[in-house]
Order: sequence, then C-alpha cells, then structure tokens
Amino acid sequence: MTRDWLLSETPLSAWQAQCGRWYRGWLRTCGSPAMLFGLVVLAVMVLSAIFAPWIAPFDPNAQDINQRLLPPGGANWLGTDQLGRDLLSRVIYGTRPTLLIVTLVAVLSAPLGLLIGISAGYFGGWISVVLMRITDIFMAFPRLVLALALVAVLGPGIVNAVIAIAITAWPPYARIARTETLTSKASDFLQAARVQGLPTSRILWGHVLPLCLPSTVIRVTLDMAGIILTAAGLGFLGLGAQPPLSEWGAMISAGRQFIFDQWWVAVVPGVAILLGSLAFNLVGDGLRDVLDPRHG
Amino acid sequence: MRSTLLTVLQSVLSLALMLVVLLLVTFLIGKAAPIDPVLKVVGDRATPEAYQQALIELGLDQPLHVQFIRYTLHAVQGDLGKSTSTGRAVVADLKQYFPATLELATAGILIGTLVGVPLGMLAAHHHNRWIDQLLRMVCLVGYSVPVFWLGLIGLLVFYAKLGWVAGPGRLDDVYLYTLPSWSNLVLVDAIRAGNMQAARNGVMHLLLPATLLGYFSLAYISRMTRGFFLEELGKEYVMTARIKGASELRVLLQHVMPNVVAPLVTVISLSYAVLLEGAVLTETVFSWPGIGLYITNALFSADVAAVLGGTLLIGICFVLLNTATDLFGHLADPRLRR
Repeated sequence: MTRDWLLSETPLSAWQAQCGRWYRGWLRTCGSPAMLFGLVVLAVMVLSAIFAPWIAPFDPNAQDINQRLLPPGGANWLGTDQLGRDLLSRVIYGTRPTLLIVTLVAVLSAPLGLLIGISAGYFGGWISVVLMRITDIFMAFPRLVLALALVAVLGPGIVNAVIAIAITAWPPYARIARTETLTSKASDFLQAARVQGLPTSRILWGHVLPLCLPSTVIRVTLDMAGIILTAAGLGFLGLGAQPPLSEWGAMISAGRQFIFDQWWVAVVPGVAILLGSLAFNLVGDGLRDVLDPRHG
Repeated sequence: MRSTLLTVLQSVLSLALMLVVLLLVTFLIGKAAPIDPVLKVVGDRATPEAYQQALIELGLDQPLHVQFIRYTLHAVQGDLGKSTSTGRAVVADLKQYFPATLELATAGILIGTLVGVPLGMLAAHHHNRWIDQLLRMVCLVGYSVPVFWLGLIGLLVFYAKLGWVAGPGRLDDVYLYTLPSWSNLVLVDAIRAGNMQAARNGVMHLLLPATLLGYFSLAYISRMTRGFFLEELGKEYVMTARIKGASELRVLLQHVMPNVVAPLVTVISLSYAVLLEGAVLTETVFSWPGIGLYITNALFSADVAAVLGGTLLIGICFVLLNTATDLFGHLADPRLRR
C-alpha cells in the first residue's frame, strides 16, 4: 500500500512525488554496499561525537604513568599512549574536533561558493567575468601551504584552521553553481517565473538554488574527505587542535617517536582518519549515483 | 595563428594577474602576523627613538599600498627578506632547499604516471570486472589515507622491519658533504661526480617517499585515465579498428591514445603541482630537507619571512604549472583552437 503510494508513476501531489523520489534514492542506496558501509561509519562517528562521555571506557585525559605504552588488549582495548591515556577513549573523543572542523568548513564555504557562482551565472556580463576571475585565482592557489601559512600567522587552533581551510575550499562550489545556473537560465520555467513578475531574489532562492544543490552536496561530501586529511595534517604539524584535546593528527604526531617499538600509538589514530575520510568518499560517490541521474 | 597568439597573450596576462594576487596574499598574511617586525630587528629593550628609526628604515611608516609596491619590487629583484632562524637571505635558503623537493616530487610523478596510466587503461579494458573494482578500491584508499601516516607505516615496515630501503634523509651520513653541490639534486650531483655508491644510496633514500607520493598521484591519474579511455572505447572508430582485426593493445595505444593524450597531460601536470605541495607533509616524516621541512621548521621559530617566502615559491610553481597546462590544452587540442 504505502510502497505503491511511494512508487506511483502518477503522484497526486508535489509532496507525494518528493517522498517517492526520496524512497527511490533510498532503494538505490541499499543496493550499494559501499555506500551503506560509508553511511554506517559516518553514523558511528556522529554518535561517538555526541555520546563520547558515555561510550568512552576511560577519561581521555586521565594520565597513568604506570600504564604507559601498553599494547592493545586487556582493559585498554587499543592500548595506551606515552602518558598512559586510553587510546580508544581518545580516538572516540577525537571525532569531536574532526567533525567540528568538517562541518564548519562546509557551512562557511558552500554558501559562499553558491552565492558567488549563482550570481556569476545568473547576472552574466562583467559581474560574471570579475567573479569567475577571482574564483580562478583562488582555485590556482596551493591549498595546504596557504592554510599552513595562515594558521602559522594567525596562531594554531581549531578556529583558525577552519578559517584557513574554508578560504581555500569555496572555488569549486562557485564553478559548479555557475555551470548549473547557466544551463537552467534559459529554461522555460524560469522564463515563466520572470514573466509572473517574481522578484530576482525569489527566483534565485526558490528556483535556481535548488537546482544547484544536488551537485554541490555531492562535491561537498567528497571534499569533506580531503578536509579531514588537511585538518589531520595541520594537527600532525601541531597547528590544529591544541593539547590536551585529543585530535587524530596530533595523536599520530605524538606516536611518531614510538613508531618502531610501540607502533599502535601512531597506527590507531591513523586508522580512524582513514576510515573517516574513506566514509565521506564512499558516501559522496554513492550520492552521485543517487542524486545525479545524468551521471552513469 | 592569430587566435593562438591571442590565447598566449591572454594566458600571460592572467598569469601576471595571478602572481600579483599571490604576492598580495602573502603580503597581507605577513601584515596580519601578530609579530612586530621592528622588535625583531631592534630587540625588545630598544629606546623609543631607536624603535622609531628602525620603523622608518623598514618603511613601515608608509601607507599599506606603498608598502605592498615596495614588497613586490623587492620580490621581483629576488629579495624576500632575511630568515631570522637561519640568519641568511630567504632566497638563498630556498635555492638550497627547493631542489630536494623538486627531486622528490619529480620521482613521485614519474612513478605515478608510469604505473597509473597503464593501470587506468587496464581498468578501462576490463570495465566493471574484478580488476576494475580492485583498482577502484586502491584509488579510494589513496584518496582517503593521510600521507604522513602512511609514511610512518612505510618506515616501520620497509625500513625498520624488512630493511629494504634506507631511512629518513637524502643520504647516509657517510656520504653527506662528500658530493660537490652543483645542482643540489643528489642523484644528478652523484652521477656527475662519478660516485655510483652515493647515487645508489640516494636512490635507496628516495625510493620510499617517492613511491608514497607516486601512489597518491597514481590514484588520481589512473582514475582519470580510465574515464578518458572508457569514453573513447564506446566510439565508432574503435569498433572499426576492432573489426579490421587490430589487436586490443594496438587499439588502445595507436587509435585511442592520440585522442586522450591532451587531457591526460593536463591531469598529470596538475597532479605534479599537487605533489609539489603535498611534499610538505611527506618531507616532515622523512626528514627530507626540502621546502616543506623548511616551512615547518620556520613555523615554530615564528620566522614569518621564511614561511611566506616558501609559500610564495610553492604558489608560483603552482600557478606556473596551471597556466602552462591551460596553454598546452588550448594549443594541443584543435577543437579548442578555433
């Protein structure tokens, strides 16, 4: 009954059509084990970040010099680090700065890119030339090194890392939004909206923006994988989250001097980064199949 | 011909614009630094008069745009200021450190191209079969793994446990300072001096970090190669060639390759730019005395001139490669040349 209602070829309302679209997307998602795996890992990460104090078996900052550098197994499932802190608990708490950075960068850079791209595409003319020139210039900059220099000057910390990454992250979204806007600009339904006398702001917000969203969401998800790596890289260099906060990149950096004898100290947080980044890549790939019918 | 000239002119203009903006960005970052450059010169116990004099000598009493023009003029003449941590001119430091980065990134892109392109062709040929899926996983992991971590694991496994490669650094201590530094590229210098032992040692040191960087570019290059080939393989001229009885290898190399070589070169040169930048983290792990190590060392001694000098150099390489790639794409593809 509900299934028929959802998969109906002749939906009676816009709402039913929308629900049906989501349901079909969900069906396709279930058909792709890679995307499911990615979604599960992301869900585990988000839940760990929210419920860290209840999930973590130990206090992530509790030092115990008698328990230092214990191998995995026993009470400390993943072993302990050089100060006797439980690695599993620190990895669980480490989801917090990671997800925080990823979310903040997305929230800052995606709207900025959309705004610039849609304006350039819709208004055209010299506005487009100037905006896209700026975008090209920012696109041609080395991301990591620029982020490094910015953080070096502004001072280490999560907020500055976010600013540095966001400044270099928006140009691809602007390009995508411009292309999408250009392709739909001449279409009949936008003409109709214009003839009806809708204000430009309403056309852009209500009609053009929704068209740009799918491809932007896909790109943002894929980029999040790279942002995790950049954030971890900054942390590894000591420029991201500051101690005693547990951050994966910084944990690898701390484990570096023990790599030959107590390998787990550096290996464990690295696996966490790999899984997190892989999950975003898998989900992004899967979203492309679900959201973008032109592809594949 | 006229249009080609126009394209070249346009690229040169946009290159100039990008370089100016790049200079502006590093200049502004330097201005935002919470470090007082005057105090760095006179020390924090200077009298107000000495402070004022140094301020004027450094030109910091001028308005911002005058300072920027001054900075640009100095940069163009090869003066990026003095590094406070090494006590030398930043440009002299960069000249010494950059070849190491260049060596590493070049070895990396060679590995990435020589392995990545054939792998991509293989995947396109076996589209959607297990070998394609396997390659897809290998590439996905390549996109997702932190390079500094993989470097540590590589050192643990291949250096400490198996002993297949040499450890961090560019050469064993015995060979250090025995080579006349001519190009600062260890391999070139060693071969030029006829010191084969040192050259072999250099290769052993280069092997692991270069393979690592090669893996990262391989992930991207092979994926793109696969895409380009897949698109061409569905076309009719390929079917014609196959019907005529051309072997699959011949179809791939002689019929399809010429059609995809232009976008492929674009992909490879863009990955080269990314590798030059990505070397920053790799160098830290392998104590490789290149620009990356130089920048990170400078970071911790609040050596702003050195950090910005290194950033500027990598930025210039990036922008140059990007422009050259664009230009090549336009000139190589007759469809874009009109």
